[in-house]
Amino acid sequence: MMLAVVKGAASTLAHTPDLVLLGSKPTREIPRFDGLYEECMAHLRSYEEAVAYPPNQAFIGNIRPDRLAGLEKPWYENPIEGAPREGPYGEIMPEDEFYGLLKAADVFDLVWLEEGFLSRVAEKLQGHPLLGDLKRLEGGKTISGIKERLDRGEALPLNLNGELVGCVCRAHEEDEDLRAEVILEGLAVKASAFLALRHLLARVSPTAPQDVDYLLDFGEEAIGDRYQRGGGNMAKAVGEMAGCLNASGADVKAFCCAPIHAVTSAAALVQAGIFKRVALIGGGSLAKLGMKFQFHIKKDMPILEDVLGAMAILVGEDDGVSPVIRTDAIGMHRIGAGSSAKEIFEEVVVKPLDKLGKRIVDIDKYATEFHNPEVTVSAGRPDTPLINYRALGALAALRGEIGRGEIGDFVRKHGMPGFSPTQGHIPSAIPFMGHARDMMMGGEIENAMFVGKGSLFLARMTNLSDGVSVILERNPAIKGGD
Amino acid sequence: MFAGKKVVAFGERDGVQGPAIAECLAAAGADVVFTVTECVV
Repeated sequence: MMLAVVKGAASTLAHTPDLVLLGSKPTREIPRFDGLYEECMAHLRSYEEAVAYPPNQAFIGNIRPDRLAGLEKPWYENPIEGAPREGPYGEIMPEDEFYGLLKAADVFDLVWLEEGFLSRVAEKLQGHPLLGDLKRLEGGKTISGIKERLDRGEALPLNLNGELVGCVCRAHEEDEDLRAEVILEGLAVKASAFLALRHLLARVSPTAPQDVDYLLDFGEEAIGDRYQRGGGNMAKAVGEMAGCLNASGADVKAFCCAPIHAVTSAAALVQAGIFKRVALIGGGSLAKLGMKFQFHIKKDMPILEDVLGAMAILVGEDDGVSPVIRTDAIGMHRIGAGSSAKEIFEEVVVKPLDKLGKRIVDIDKYATEFHNPEVTVSAGRPDTPLINYRALGALAALRGEIGRGEIGDFVRKHGMPGFSPTQGHIPSAIPFMGHARDMMMGGEIENAMFVGKGSLFLARMTNLSDGVSVILERNPAIKGGD
Repeated sequence: MFAGKKVVAFGERDGVQGPAIAECLAAAGADVVFTVTECVV
């Protein structure tokens, strides 16, 4: 039987401080309070600070997430000196270049960039090792034309360091689902997912865009018009931009659970022999930028939710080296199961392990929620990775696999600190995919379980949540060769 | 202690979810008038 493997994973960030003001929370809160705009601007980070921020370096793969535990906190006051823009899984792109990507992603003349700015950005992108072939980086507009669209209320501003350099226009005069806010949200997803896909295909050799058979987009954003809100299809839009001319695709929707649903679906498609190479993509969430910005201002710390995260994963046929996806032990939270943490973990973690005759402690590393705790705890929210690892440890103790006093050790050994931007589907288990692959191929770990959880109840269609898990194992061909 | 009390069950996805709270309190005799779970990250 053909096994499905993870052939590569890419993780990218776009540092977009000016877009923080267009996030859902800042958009609603800033007009309500005098002086909040100025406070917000004063607490935005520079690009260099975002690059040197230790969790961001873990996200692009320059350090392992475990190393964060040994670094002095707060991490935003203890940057990694000399940290590079690029890492083994991707890069941290500055805002001006990302605006260029937005322009390249736009096929309806909705992104207007000032002509001088556009020519400078086009030149920068032409020098980018992976983006020299970008199209549509021409046709700059006058600043007066841009201001006119803004004055008429037909567009949203694109600022750089607070200065106007362009705008994103609405795509319809009346359709609420094609207003400028929705168009920018969709283009931010498309551009950031494209960047991750480009890095993925450059890192998995040999994989030309034309070699991809199918794309699955696992982002949470809904694209469509007023008659089919959320109709999609982001996967094909990104695939077109990336030159995946022989691929088709579809979007997988399940809130933050979608990435792992996408991994299991891709593995099934490959293992069934339907496709050889399936690319999974997810772009960044504009709405979640600055979600906790008022807390960060109150604590006089930088607004840390200033990056758009994106991921891309390639699932393909067994190559004898890449980690194998155990399709015989997919965990899932059944509709009829209960909703307590214990019931969810029993469904999603214990049942698939039982199928393999394994215990909880037999999995070397668990990937659950990776929300950066520095972002959440400062806003009075929990350290989400930690409470998930504690719940897993408690379950292991309940099952008699460890003593009650060993839960802390379990968390340190089988878990890791959160290192992902709080971008919804992005922190959901998958940021560890590249690390896990390298750690398995390097013999550091044998296996890892990726546990996704989704907040289905937020759509007000059900009180259910969601959960799904997948186990990755070191390729048996490598084991045989040891 | 919850018999006859009206309860709003407000849960959190990575902690205790609304339906789990509601089930416990209903079993203790409470009248659960509203149940919701939120994602706070």
